Formats: sequence, structure tokens, C-alpha cells
Amino acid sequence: MMRTYLPILAIVGLIAAIPFAVTSNTALNFVVFVLIIALGAQGWNLLGGVGGQFSFGHAAFFGTGAYVSAILQVRYGLNAWIAMAAGILLGAAVAWGIGFLSFRAGLRGSYFALVTLAFAEVLRILANAVPITGGAAGLLLKLDIGVLNLQFASRAAFLWLALGCVAAGLVLCRWIMDSRFGAQLVAVRENEDAARALGVDVLAVKLKAITVSGALTAAAGCLYLQYFLYLDANIAYGVWISIEVLLAAMVGGRGLVLGPLVGAFTLHGLGDLTKQFAGGIPGIDLAAYGTVLILVVAFAPGGVLGLLTRLWTRRAAAQPAGGRA
Amino acid sequence: MLDVQDITMRFGGLVAVSGASLSVPKGAIVGLIGPNGAGKTTLFTIIAGFQAPSAGRVAFGGQDITGKPAHIRARLGIARTFQIVQPFAGLNVRENIAVGAYLRHARRADAHARAEEVARRVGLGVDLDKPAASLTVAGRKRLELARALATEPLLLLLDEVLAGLNPSEIRDIIPVIQAIRDDGVTILMIEHVMQAVMNLCSHVHVLARGRMIAQGAPRDVCADPAVIEAYLGKGAAGRIEAGEASDA
Ligand SMILES: Nc1ncnc2c1ncn2[C@@H]1O[C@H](COP(=O)(O)OP(=O)(O)OP(=O)(O)O)[C@@H](O)[C@H]1O
Ligand SMILES: [Mg+2]
Repeated sequence: MMRTYLPILAIVGLIAAIPFAVTSNTALNFVVFVLIIALGAQGWNLLGGVGGQFSFGHAAFFGTGAYVSAILQVRYGLNAWIAMAAGILLGAAVAWGIGFLSFRAGLRGSYFALVTLAFAEVLRILANAVPITGGAAGLLLKLDIGVLNLQFASRAAFLWLALGCVAAGLVLCRWIMDSRFGAQLVAVRENEDAARALGVDVLAVKLKAITVSGALTAAAGCLYLQYFLYLDANIAYGVWISIEVLLAAMVGGRGLVLGPLVGAFTLHGLGDLTKQFAGGIPGIDLAAYGTVLILVVAFAPGGVLGLLTRLWTRRAAAQPAGGRA
Repeated sequence: MLDVQDITMRFGGLVAVSGASLSVPKGAIVGLIGPNGAGKTTLFTIIAGFQAPSAGRVAFGGQDITGKPAHIRARLGIARTFQIVQPFAGLNVRENIAVGAYLRHARRADAHARAEEVARRVGLGVDLDKPAASLTVAGRKRLELARALATEPLLLLLDEVLAGLNPSEIRDIIPVIQAIRDDGVTILMIEHVMQAVMNLCSHVHVLARGRMIAQGAPRDVCADPAVIEAYLGKGAAGRIEAGEASDA
């Protein structure tokens, strides 16, 4: 049983060691940002990858986490840790609400994707308009370094914090995948009618999935806030984050526990490389994203991890024959 | 154990099932036969809770379950197979069956152990690690059966689990169904393969154009002129009798 957690331990250990090998601020910034995306993508992956309910509006959860945390700190002077916990809870609650409305109405596939997008857009427009969010000016978190304030002088410390959240998310997802709930969620993805015939309460399973999914992505929103100390509606509820988390999960290997983390590193690694080689052209990294996505969809539906596993098993299968030759 | 009373099902203008009733006593294997398009599968989906009937009621173990959703009926002990098989195509055989087993076993180890046990029972023991999508027609039918069985049902609804199988595969699976009944599971089966109906069923209901036209012991039902006409067309029974008379 513990064996299934070994890959998580290995990859988390590897990332934890990065600050010892690399000290450049740019590199550490890169890793922190990727970890935040990876955490958000883990949320997407649970609902979209494992459960087969493709959301195009995870910004709704990311933004709610970030805004709730920011508002509680800026307007009510609440402790950052408690504010973050509240942000995660509210993100989960919003997810449950959106899930209740859309799943109960029987929305699936592209209809579900469009409705989630619509919810996120409505929240974006609201956040831009109401005073409590600071409107178009946004919200600035006061720079006040201290563990209690979830602000760190060293980038390495924040990296470890983000990594801790990612690791917790990975363990949670692994545990879910090995549980009854995980099996039922996969069954719902594969065939809802067959799942119902076997006693699976499809609506309840989807609601549970979107709630946990919302919590994970909201946590990413809270981390984003603590790292950049600034929010506005286009950051918090913008389509960019919905796309980021979806892409990371798809590229890494949807439905696989480590998929989002691998995908986030692959995407942003490639994006940054392209920027370095063709930095002059604005938006070139986005073009790279698009290319990667097309390649994945066309040639590696299981994502990078799926591709690696396939190559590995093929090599393992080819080895005995090669030995004889 | 199961009481279906005056079920009517309309799809727009089409009346697929019209005032159909049947009952299944505990411990029996009851057959439901009838020509193509008679409404047999429709009646099954109503019993299993996948569609709400336009009229009529379904009672199970003395309890009215007409308004209950499918997953609750599964918990109460009704399991169905699908005429058009519905495997979880991306999962292997063990995982497919385990989804059923999780209904009564919360822990993964227990659910998987149960799944393996059921797989062996229906002859899928060697295929446990195969992707469901790679199974043959016969294998997929067995998988339907195994998944339903893994929910540990009181009543098993089998919708043409023998269709598409060759005679030797049918011979293999008939004792499996018998053994399931001997373990105390009540069975209601839709079947076109008459050899199996004759072998397995103690009682048969005949549905034609949505109406129950006959019921009784399999041998008697097959000789019923109304049943012969439903299958072969109006006047067929008379022609057959005349033919037999002139042969003599
Ligand atoms: N969801 C539906 N919407 C409209 N018509 C339907 C629906 N389901 C079934 N029907 C129609 O109801 C009638 C009965 O279909 P059903 O599948 O119950 O027959 P059956 O007895 O199982 O036939 P077969 O032996 O071919 O499986 C058919 O005319 C079918 O086209
Ligand atoms: Mg049918």
C-alpha cells in the first residue's frame, strides 16, 4: 500500500532539493509559479481527469480562494493562515454550489464546460465592480514578512511552503484514487449508466469531486496571493488560470496523480525555453503552449506521463527478445 | 419478491409497454420472452429504476419502489445487466468488477478480493488484468454478469446475456446461471435462446407489442397459439396445426 506513495516522495524530494542547487531568483520564481499552477491543476485533474467532467472555469475556485483570503486580511485584519483556510473553504463551497446547479441539471461534456466558464466570467465581472474587492484597482496585501503572515524573506522558504501544499494535494489525490470514492469517480467518467446500475450515486460522487477539486484550486489561489501580494479580477477570475490548470493536467497526463505536476513543469519549461530563444516575439510562449497541446492531443492522449509509461513498458517487453539476439 | 403492476410506458406517441404485469417469486428463475421490439428491455429499465413509467407501480420485497432512483434500487438488491454491454472501457476486468463490489465493501482490499472471487465464478479468472475493451463478445457478456453479481444482489435482471454467444459458449454459461440461483439469487431473464429458457426457467412471461399475452411453464407457453402468432404472424398457429394434420 505504501509503495504507491513512493513516486510522490521521490518527486517531492527532488523539488525540495532545488534551492540547494540553484540560487538564482529567476529560477526559484519559476519553480514557485509552476508549483502554484500544479496545485491548481491537481484540483482540475480530480474533477476533469479522474472524473471526466471537463471544467473550463476553475478560475471561479482559484479566484474565490484568493479574494476571500485577501479580503479577510486587508479589510478585516485576519491572520493570513486563517484567511487561507477560509479561502479554501469558500472555494470548496462555491465549487459545490456550481456543481449542484449544473450536475443536478444533468449538464455534461461541452455544456458543463461552458457553464463553468460562464460562472467564472460572472464572478470576474462582479469582482471588477463591487467595492469590497477593490474593484478595478484590485487589492494590495501589505508587505509584512513573517511566518504568521505567510510571507517569507527567502524565495526558498516560499518554495517549500508551496511544495508542502502540492505534496499534501498529491497524497490526498493518491489516497482518493485508491479508495471507494476514487473507483466510483472513475466509473462515472467511464460510463454513468453502468455506474448507476452498480449502485453508484452519480450526483453525489460528482459533487464530492467538484468540492475537493475546488478546495485544491482555491488553495492555489491563496498561495498566488501570498506570493505576489496583489490581486485584481483579471488575475483572480481570468480565463488564463482556467486554461493553465486544464493544460497542465492534460499535458502531464489527465487522470494520473502526478500528471498535473509533470504537466506544469513541462509546459512552463518549454514556454520559458521558447521565450529565451525567440524572446523578441511577444506571445511566443503561448504559441509553444498551443503546439504542445496539439501534439499531446494528437500523439499522446495519456500526456507526457502516459507516453513515458508506454515507452517504458515497450522497452521492458522488447528486452528479453533483445537479450536472446 | 418482485411485483410489477400495470406498467405503461409511452415514448411520445409510441406505447412501448402497455399495462404489463408480472411477478417473480423468491428463488426462481423467471423468463421474459417476446419478439423484437416487444418492450422487454424497456420493462427492465423501469424495474431497475432507469426510467420512470408513465403509469403503474413496481414493488420489491413488499416495498413500493416506483419512485426510487436506480442506485437506491441497487442498494436494495436489484442488479441489472445491459443488453448492449456497457463496460468501463478504460479499466481492466478486476477494476470493472470491483466497482460493483464496492457497493457492499468499503475497503479496497475487500472489494478487490470479492471481485476476484466473482470473476473466477463466471469464468473470467484468467482475464483479471486484461483491459475490458480487449474482451471478446462472450467475455464482455460475462463481465456484465460479473459486475452485477459483485453487488451481491437479491434479484438479478439479465437482459440477453446469451445473445451473440456460440452454442458451446452458451453451454458453458448455463450452469453458471444455475449456480447463481442455487446460491439464493432470484433471477428474471430476457432471453431469445429458447434452449436456455427451456433449461433454466420455471416460469415464462411473454410480451408482445407491449402487452403480456401469455405466461406459464416454458413448454406450455411455447405451444400457446397466441405466442406462436406473436412470433410468426397472424394465422400462423392455425397454419402450423393444419400442416401437422396433413403430414399425419
Ligand atoms: N428511449 C426510447 N425512446 C423512444 N422509443 C424507445 C425508447 N426505448 C425503447 N423505445 C422503443 O420501444 C419499443 C420497445 O423497445 P425495447 O428495446 O424495450 O424492445 P425489446 O423487447 O427489448 O426488443 P429486443 O428483443 O430487440 O431487444 C421499440 O419500438 C423501441 O424502438
Ligand atoms: Mg431488448
